[in-house]
Amino acid sequence: MANAKEIKTVLFGPVFANNPIALQVLGICSALAVTTKMDTALVMCFALTFVVAFSNLFISMLRSHIPSSVRIIVQMTIIASLVIVVDQFLKAFAFDLSKQLSVFVGLIITNCIVMGRAEAYAMKNSPGMSFLDGIGNGLGYSVVLLVVAFIRELGGSGSLFGVQIMPLLSEGGWYQPMGFLLIAPSAFIIIGLFIWVLRAYRPEQVEKA
Amino acid sequence: MEHYLSLFVRAVFIENLALAFFLGMCTFLAVSQKIKTAFGLGVAVIVVLGISVPVNNLVFHLLLAPGALSWAGFPEADLSFLGFLTYIGVIAALVQILEMTLDKFFPALYNALGIFLPLITVNCAIFGAVAFMVERDYNFTESVVFGVGSGVGWALAITLLAGIREKLKYADIPAGLRGLGSTFLVVGLMGLGFMSFSGVSL
Repeated sequence: MANAKEIKTVLFGPVFANNPIALQVLGICSALAVTTKMDTALVMCFALTFVVAFSNLFISMLRSHIPSSVRIIVQMTIIASLVIVVDQFLKAFAFDLSKQLSVFVGLIITNCIVMGRAEAYAMKNSPGMSFLDGIGNGLGYSVVLLVVAFIRELGGSGSLFGVQIMPLLSEGGWYQPMGFLLIAPSAFIIIGLFIWVLRAYRPEQVEKA
Repeated sequence: MEHYLSLFVRAVFIENLALAFFLGMCTFLAVSQKIKTAFGLGVAVIVVLGISVPVNNLVFHLLLAPGALSWAGFPEADLSFLGFLTYIGVIAALVQILEMTLDKFFPALYNALGIFLPLITVNCAIFGAVAFMVERDYNFTESVVFGVGSGVGWALAITLLAGIREKLKYADIPAGLRGLGSTFLVVGLMGLGFMSFSGVSL
């Protein structure tokens, strides 16, 4: 097993220094549509972290037995099976949430983070480290998702996790909700600004013009 | 007829896969530097969507839906939980067949679209459209219209974005916003623009 420092880099590196969404442009496909509410975003984060961690683990365990010509199919099959498990679990225990997430749980299969980590990390490293790498990347994805969902739910409907924080004007309170934050384009703009803040803080991530 | 026309318009403009559902974003952002390549990818997506959505529709209704296997003597069987695995397999196989067919019979087209085809297998727009088709329970004709329509919408969005980004090269953008950051803001504004179509109905 690797030493503590390496574990820390693998686990926390993807959160800020090497964030899969902000830096590698991976996995935004399904990232934005579920961020109008904190609870859907949180469920999505758990689902993705679970899938990426376990797909990394299993693919890494099988890595010396997978012929490289069919590796994509093998990876896809492992990932799709894990996603089916998550989807069936949500349908059984959180049916309302699974309805709200609609097709986006299924879209974890084509989420580039999962494929990307399987291809770039799990095929070359030991199962333990790959599992940690999966959790790290899941956390990096979750940070961005939860920040976006926090801004959108608080600003757009004055609540967090469905609990009213700022009473709305329509219900006799004082807060006039910003409807803009609830529609799709706002997610792009928030992510754009998020990347700007992250890069102002870490200038080495700036792209060359 | 009117029903199909309005389904088509809805798929292209109002429920645009890229701008309203964020599908296919990875390639949408990565391959929108030049109008020419963006257009090529767009056409490839239209073709793959136009084929894979109807095919998966048949697979769902004839094999996976509850009771669909009654012709084989299993009226109780409900294989819909295998959906995700099947759709992704069907998409991957279709793209492979399409690639080989183009290579053999239409080499010119293969040279133009070939490099994009492997990219498309993992494009969430394809899988997303298939999943929407199943969730909304489209019949076969509707699925053809929906597949082609959503492909056209995606192609339209990526070509427009590439056009804007080509012009944006000359702009003096703050360092932190260069590249990815500004692209996100542009896509956000385009999404707002496309929302003005939401009142359109035929």
